[in-house]
Amino acid sequence: MLAPLGTRQVLDLGEFTQNNVTQIVNLGHRLTFEDLLGMADQMFGPGDPAIVQADGRLSERFLDATLQFPAESFDAILVWNVLEYLGRHLVEPVVERLRYILRPGGLMLVCFRADGREAQPIQQAFRIADSRTLAILPKGHRQPAHSLSTRAIERVFERFGSVKFFLSRDAVREVIVRK
Amino acid sequence: MSTMPARNPEYEPPSSSGGPGRSASIGKSVVIKGQLFAREDLFIDGEIEGSIELLEHRLTVGPNGKIAAGVKAREIVVLGTIHGNVEAADKIEIRKEAKLVGDIRTVRIVIEDGAFFKGSIDIVRPEAKPAPPPPRAAAAAPAASSAAAAPPSAAAAEGNR
Repeated sequence: MLAPLGTRQVLDLGEFTQNNVTQIVNLGHRLTFEDLLGMADQMFGPGDPAIVQADGRLSERFLDATLQFPAESFDAILVWNVLEYLGRHLVEPVVERLRYILRPGGLMLVCFRADGREAQPIQQAFRIADSRTLAILPKGHRQPAHSLSTRAIERVFERFGSVKFFLSRDAVREVIVRK
Repeated sequence: MSTMPARNPEYEPPSSSGGPGRSASIGKSVVIKGQLFAREDLFIDGEIEGSIELLEHRLTVGPNGKIAAGVKAREIVVLGTIHGNVEAADKIEIRKEAKLVGDIRTVRIVIEDGAFFKGSIDIVRPEAKPAPPPPRAAAAAPAASSAAAAPPSAAAAEGNR
């Protein structure tokens, strides 16, 4: 997805990590970061996202403060597993905003847990090890806001051109979405 | 202008007595609005609003530091908060607990997990250093070495005479 095909504008919505910065920059791409979960934590505070993110006024402020880029700014967006930790009422406007800032033909990588029924769900951290390898590391307990079925994921991205699912050995569904 | 910065077990601010008057610190109770230029390393644990330039030196933003300014320095270490664009001629280090909102332009970057960043990163190639001048005749050597040992301003003034 991030193959060295000349300079691409890449937006990373995950954590700010040395690995990801180094790998993406070394491929020759220009990188923009917006730690969406970090911003959600700052805006809503810690706790069960289904509860703390229910505040409509704060949700509006969150949407006003995030992803404020011009139309078609990016060739690729690394969403990682961010959508699982945003309340359902935030997912649709965030995805619509992503569609707006993604160029036609642009790609998004989105990850979802394969099994959303764990009693103590572990949040995963994503580290680009090299141009062909993605390391998925446990990061500790964090309650997701919801769990989406394959059909529900298809509905979330129904306004995009194509949606492809890949099941990794780490029980993560990797979804490549093309605008 | 200087007060003692708060102690942080993970970071020891530079001691002003550690060198021949080459570093300064701005303590956590200090608030400055305006342009800040320095010709020495600087540790900021207070609040700065405006712009900061330390073109040949290192800027450290301490854990209590809050910068709302464009920043240019040779090397930048961030433990606190910066809102503004940041340009490092050599390296920027972003430590965990740091918060940086703005665009980064640097040659090298070091990131600790846990930092918050919102903005773009532009990694630039280091500027090519000019080739060293050819060796001078033996008679000119003492004058050249005395100019190099002088402070930059003195050396520049010397060159203008």
